[in-house]
Amino acid sequence: MSTITQVSLRRRLTSSTAVVLMGIAVAAALVPLISLLWTVISRGVRRFDLAFVTQSMRGIVGAGGGASHAIAGSLLITGAATLMCVPLGVLAAVYMTEYGRGLPVRVITFLVDVMTGIPSIVVGLFAYAVASLFFGPGIRSGLVASGALVLLMLPVVIRSSEEMLRMVPLDLREASYALGAPRWRTIASVVLPTALPGITSGALLGVARIVGETAPLLLVAGFTDSMNGNLLDGRMATLPVFIYSQWQNQGADASAYSNRAWTAALVLVLFVLALNIAAKAAIRLTQRHKGQS
Amino acid sequence: MTDLVSIRRVPLMKAEHRRARAEEATARGVATVAGWTVVVLLAAVTIFLLIQGLPALTAQPEELPLGVSLLRLAPPLLFGSLWSGLLSLGLAAPVAIGVALFTTQYAPKPLARLLGTITDLLAAVPSVVYGLWGLTVLAPLTAPLGAWLATHLGWFPLFAGEASATGRTMLAASVVLAIMIMPIMTSVVREVFTQAPTEPVEAALGLGATKWESIRMAVLPVSRSGIVAGAMLGLGRALGETMAVAMVLSASPLHVTGSLVTSSGPGTIAAFIAQTFPEAHGLELNALIALGLSLFAVTFLVNAVARRIVSRPSKGIS
Repeated sequence: MSTITQVSLRRRLTSSTAVVLMGIAVAAALVPLISLLWTVISRGVRRFDLAFVTQSMRGIVGAGGGASHAIAGSLLITGAATLMCVPLGVLAAVYMTEYGRGLPVRVITFLVDVMTGIPSIVVGLFAYAVASLFFGPGIRSGLVASGALVLLMLPVVIRSSEEMLRMVPLDLREASYALGAPRWRTIASVVLPTALPGITSGALLGVARIVGETAPLLLVAGFTDSMNGNLLDGRMATLPVFIYSQWQNQGADASAYSNRAWTAALVLVLFVLALNIAAKAAIRLTQRHKGQS
Repeated sequence: MTDLVSIRRVPLMKAEHRRARAEEATARGVATVAGWTVVVLLAAVTIFLLIQGLPALTAQPEELPLGVSLLRLAPPLLFGSLWSGLLSLGLAAPVAIGVALFTTQYAPKPLARLLGTITDLLAAVPSVVYGLWGLTVLAPLTAPLGAWLATHLGWFPLFAGEASATGRTMLAASVVLAIMIMPIMTSVVREVFTQAPTEPVEAALGLGATKWESIRMAVLPVSRSGIVAGAMLGLGRALGETMAVAMVLSASPLHVTGSLVTSSGPGTIAAFIAQTFPEAHGLELNALIALGLSLFAVTFLVNAVARRIVSRPSKGIS
């Protein structure tokens, strides 16, 4: 009898130990996040002022200046990448859900999944390798950087669009066919509009992924202290590279540089958060839509 | 009369048909081309990196980064990448499995959703921000620990050598990497645990098993391949992670040591490329591209194997 209770006590202890260990795991995930957010906010607010978003670093040594040129560069490069990537990604998803069959689709699905894990530095090197063949070595351009980001964003857009297109009910397509609409018209005027909120959400998540990318931009967009509004013309600063360069090239007044880096980090994290929240809101829109119908 | 109508209408129908068919073919063609772009792009990545990387293989050492041949440069960096990747995997895997088990088996729905949001947040933070945080907050925090380990456990290879005063060591870099790869591993493993059939769990509980025993006997065995896949995806991320390592780890790239506490350990391929590229010219650039190709090959392999494992069981079920 006593052995039975002993064994059962040991088993109960094992079970509670497992729960405690899981609690520790959750804490281990929480602590870095809280520390990181706290550091970004508390250090970021020091230079979170109007000058930061209206001034560039042109002619600035030491304190002052801002990241307006980097914010503009990030918006331009990310915007151009989005314009190239979203139509391509949505069309690819249309092929995979509406037209393609069998082996080709399985191969493409597999490669899209693998492409999600492609290191961003490799994509940067690829963009440089291609661009330097055409424009000579040492090429730096915002548009080449956008091209690199397309490769990183594409799998995200394809995956989410594909999922959303598959969720469009078959009845809708059949109704459209019954009205005599050809296939491409059905896709363009029935399937895609129905899936639009979901596709938007996927695109926003894709933008959130690339807006914080640093490595490819460091390689092919480079860095500059002044505003550059031309994607085709030379070096263009971006927020992530701004953070890196402020940290790396600290002048005599080191705190001025690190404060700017942290404020840029805060701005970047706010961007990413806003994009994620917008993506969630877009998804909720689909769900409400479905609930009504 | 009927003949007249049919004679009149048939050519018209044919023209309409032809136009409709042409439109349909165009649409199909455009979509097909877009669908195959991914394949073309991945092939292009391989081809262009090969074209631009090959010249570095035959180059004289003095024309390359650090003045050494590619065969002397690549292995220490590859070691550094794999070593930091495996260390971060060892740190992140237990946490990811713990969090995934907790969210799927224990936590009530609202708490599970909250934890999901938290892992999403961790995944959304850009790597350059992790780098900044790692070197200002985490590295100084690990410095005293490293010094203590080096003085008291210096005989153990992991803690050999002179401890870094700044804490910008393999230890700090792996912890940052572990935090960064934890979200993807958690989400894959969580998915696998959710898919595990509930009947065996209930049967185990009904036969008097404790909650943990039911998990160990009915959830973990069917999830093993999924856990492996999640771990490999995490490893793939860690190998390719650039900015955080470039900022946190202070390295001497040609040095090979497994020590976690010195500042003269190996660098990683990705970080070395990012640090060297902005100042590089000529054949140095080709050498960096060749290094990038090797990184691409390794991560492609790791990711491909992981995806194969993930897609297999779900195919069996559906």
